[in-house]
Amino acid sequence: MNVGLYVWQRLTAALMVPLVLVHVVVIFYATRKGMTAADILARTRGSIAWASFYGAFVIAVAIHAGIGVHNVLTEWSPLKERSAGIFASGFGLLLLLLGARAVAAVVLP
Amino acid sequence: MSDRRSELTVSLWRGAQQGRYQTYKVPWRENQTVLDVVTFVQRHLDPTLSYRFACRVGMCGSCAMTVNGRPRWTCRTHVASVVKGGCLEIGPLENLPVIKDLAADMRPFFDKWQRAKGAFVPSPTRNDEIEHIRPDSTARIAADAAIECINCGICYAACDTVRWNSDYLGPAALNRAWTLVNDVRDGGNTERLQAVAASGGCHACHSHQSCQELCPQRLNPTASIAGLKRRTMWAYLKGEI
Amino acid sequence: MTARRLTHRQSVLWIAALVHRLSGLALAIFLPLHFLTLGLAIHGEAPLESFLRWSDQPLVKLAESGLVFLLMVHMLGGLRLLVIENLPWRDEQKELATIAAGLSAVIAFILLARLF
Repeated sequence: MNVGLYVWQRLTAALMVPLVLVHVVVIFYATRKGMTAADILARTRGSIAWASFYGAFVIAVAIHAGIGVHNVLTEWSPLKERSAGIFASGFGLLLLLLGARAVAAVVLP
Repeated sequence: MSDRRSELTVSLWRGAQQGRYQTYKVPWRENQTVLDVVTFVQRHLDPTLSYRFACRVGMCGSCAMTVNGRPRWTCRTHVASVVKGGCLEIGPLENLPVIKDLAADMRPFFDKWQRAKGAFVPSPTRNDEIEHIRPDSTARIAADAAIECINCGICYAACDTVRWNSDYLGPAALNRAWTLVNDVRDGGNTERLQAVAASGGCHACHSHQSCQELCPQRLNPTASIAGLKRRTMWAYLKGEI
Repeated sequence: MTARRLTHRQSVLWIAALVHRLSGLALAIFLPLHFLTLGLAIHGEAPLESFLRWSDQPLVKLAESGLVFLLMVHMLGGLRLLVIENLPWRDEQKELATIAAGLSAVIAFILLARLF
């Protein structure tokens, strides 16, 4: 972990604090209402707001989790800095791609 | 102590990196310190035991060892406060190579001190005015809070991040770097911030606070390292490092 | 040489750091699955709906509130670190760590109650 990675990890962490809080509120709301898939998708389809919200969330979490995984690998696995970096970048990319696909799935009309 | 026996069962690490604990029976006396116990073994039971001490009054930090799982100054640890069921287990400091028995090799500890640029870099010449340091300035208060480190190595031995990350400079080296970052007379801060901002520097710290909990001088390397994180972050964002 | 009985690992703050790391790892493993599930909506609402019905089981609801616990404890623990690293030092770190864990448990429990 160096200053560059640290800055990205802490910045994405700070950005995600309000995103997580809204997300947890959404979970509480959706479960209280007993929403079906149709209910949820009716709200998300074609919504620029939800697209921006969850799009930002996906980008932030991909960066944040990627750096976090890198830290864990360098400290708890036999992998060296370089291999850990490759694995962690790959994982971050996976999250980005799957996350973008998920956002598209619920937001695209 | 309700369960007062007349002797202690003391397990001491014998060997180097490979070795084993060897058990000795030591008379249990009033106000005994762990250093007293180790000294008794070496003088009366086994002269081949190697251990390190100097002042024996809690000033030098040389006698630091792992006692029943915690790194401590053995001269300032009363047996009564750490003994468990009449037993003591004593080993060399963790996270350092073992020279022999209870003596750890402190060289990696001091190497990292150098790598963290924990040495004062003078800037003024004899032609400049002497720097006026106000003791109540924010920087001096921060430096004074961290300055009493005597390099005993207990924080380094206690730190799990040191254990997990061989590059990590460790709490003592970073704490010292912080005191110098706050010294307005020092002229080496750019290099110092670069050194602690690199991989293995202050950002590797996870704030476990084992260092703060165990420091016999009651220092707080976690807080010093947090200060370094702030300084390096701003220096980085401003393009200074 | 292995260290036996390193007792500082019983400290609240060490445990808090471990919980932070393990919750992060658990969330990192969970996320791809979460994204794949939501991605079911690509094929229309029916596959997503059948998943939501599957997730109506008690064990899944328990797991869901467990996930909310992990998310909250990771975030609140991380918030405590952001405070340490960016604001003046406060001594009450053990208390803050305990509050973070407690608050996360309360929120997760409230969700669990609502799910049933």
